[in-house]
Amino acid sequence: MAILEVKDVGKRFGGLQALSDVQLSVKENSVHAIIGPNGAGKSTLLNCLVGKLIPDTGSVMFDGQSVLGRSPHEINQMGISRVFQTPEIFGDLSVMENMMIPCFARRDGAFRMHAIEDMMSEKDIVEKAEAMLEDMNMADKREMHAASMSRGDKRRLEIGMCLAQEPRLLLLDEPTAGMARADTNNTIDLLKQISDERDITIAIIEHDMHVVFSLANRITVLAQGTPLVEDNPENIRGNPKVREAYLGEAG
Amino acid sequence: MLGLKKKDATLLLIVIGLTMFAPFILNPFPDGSAMAQFNAGYPDLMQRFVIFGIFAIGFNILFGLTGYLSFGHAAFLGIGSYSAVWMFKLLSMNVIPAILLAMVMSGLFALLIGFISLRRSGIYFSILTLAFAQMMFALAYSVLTPITGGETGLQLALDDPRVLGASQTAGGNIPVPGLFGMEMRNSFDLAISSWVFTFNVGYYFCALILIAAFYLAIRIFRSPFGMMLRAIKSNQTRLNYTGLNPRPYTLAAFVISGMYAGLAGGLMASMDPLAGAERMFWTASGEVVLMTILGGAGTLIGPVLGAGMIKYMENIISKINSDILHSWFAFLPDGLEDFIVAIVYPFIGKGWHLTLGIIFMLVVIFLPGGLVEGGQRIAKWLKRGKTEDTKPGKSTEPAE
Repeated sequence: MAILEVKDVGKRFGGLQALSDVQLSVKENSVHAIIGPNGAGKSTLLNCLVGKLIPDTGSVMFDGQSVLGRSPHEINQMGISRVFQTPEIFGDLSVMENMMIPCFARRDGAFRMHAIEDMMSEKDIVEKAEAMLEDMNMADKREMHAASMSRGDKRRLEIGMCLAQEPRLLLLDEPTAGMARADTNNTIDLLKQISDERDITIAIIEHDMHVVFSLANRITVLAQGTPLVEDNPENIRGNPKVREAYLGEAG
Repeated sequence: MLGLKKKDATLLLIVIGLTMFAPFILNPFPDGSAMAQFNAGYPDLMQRFVIFGIFAIGFNILFGLTGYLSFGHAAFLGIGSYSAVWMFKLLSMNVIPAILLAMVMSGLFALLIGFISLRRSGIYFSILTLAFAQMMFALAYSVLTPITGGETGLQLALDDPRVLGASQTAGGNIPVPGLFGMEMRNSFDLAISSWVFTFNVGYYFCALILIAAFYLAIRIFRSPFGMMLRAIKSNQTRLNYTGLNPRPYTLAAFVISGMYAGLAGGLMASMDPLAGAERMFWTASGEVVLMTILGGAGTLIGPVLGAGMIKYMENIISKINSDILHSWFAFLPDGLEDFIVAIVYPFIGKGWHLTLGIIFMLVVIFLPGGLVEGGQRIAKWLKRGKTEDTKPGKSTEPAE
């Protein structure tokens, strides 16, 4: 069953038709990769899914409900978490505090005052945050200033913060961009582990074919704002149209 | 202690110590000596120290935690003062209802102004709050004269109703603000040889409220709410993608900090029962920004130190005049004495703003964390000095 259903989505920026006629169907509990050359409209499509942009045409349904017209925090409450290309974390706070915020917010986004209680006395939040740090293999870094960590650790923390909300769909925007090979492999292992162990759907935008082919069980190729083909990894690998889009006519 | 960690409890104890022993700490020089003009231990000034301390603590909850720089906080100070004076006019001279009304009214105004201003962030937010404060000032200064007393300010009168108290005292005077019979202006002098220490009821009342306000600020800083406010300052994008709308949190912080300002305004009126529009002028809003940054924005004790420093300079440096300067430098040859006095003169008396400006610039450039950072650096330097003393002994051991 498809958890995310994108139909006929189009988006125009002035004279540039960034997306046209995009169809995408992400099955529940799958790892779905969206690939394509630079300027294919991958990030625009992602922004349309999380409420940052509103498409001009078409519909985006998540679990039977339309996400269009909702603000990013409302879409998050529906169960979509997003990992950014450059890790978006609370740099001024400690790693533990970073993890406590999504645990405190849960997923309903309700306004909770709790202005007098001591932060560390909220047992269930502290325990949940600690367990998640343990899962992310970051327990030893809990007192660290989040901004002072390496790119790979920041990414790991960001993914952990998204998972703490127990989302149904995790969107990743080039999660390994600008990473050293070792960090990239760690991230691949982490994502594999997440999709194996958790009841979660992952949609990933990626440039790095190594990452895509080691994770995805479904791939959509986007070229010039429109989907070229959607298939399983084996068929994509051998598809001449995909080679052409990536490597030009000669390929 | 009281649900605080050791470090915070120490900070609270320091503030308790400073405020309770302020009459001694601020009067280190014997009466009548040449240095006596640097004494700040008189009731009027001590009251101002703690009242502006409360104002700055509240401002810091908004600016220090969320990073939203309000440039119109003096409006809440003014609203607090007017509300308190009205309570003195209508109800009684007891300060408790006056202060409560001051906090409620400033809280309501903060809710309204915050609801509108917090739609924008950064410089636009600052300008919106400034615009609101100037509107309030204009209203108080002219349009609402029947309520605010306009240019002359709002004062008590002999024919005020004072339903629960007396319109006038037995002697036919306007009664003074008090707390169940204790008059705020009452003082007790303690003379030890040539030192005179003054203990004032109003000051101690304000000091107790400062301690309570400081304690509450510590709790807010350490609570999940405080953590959310720091998260707002750090990264609003991530907060949005964590399913949270930052607006209710910033609004709550704005209202709390507005109520702190209203409390300070109410206390001001309780010490001296009159309120004027100049209390809401934009320079007054700027002053609390200076206090917070000078002391250290986002730190607990910083705003209190900043408020104390600015009020001390405002009242002490501005009192020095050229005669005093001449008496200080009298030991120098005549020509040199005049020269030195001519150089120092622009920085004293009415020129105290110049001194404040230079100190502010130096602090912002060299100590971006304010006076608190200065203190931390000294503490670190002292600690390093100590460890270096012990190191050589250890490092020589392997060599043997």
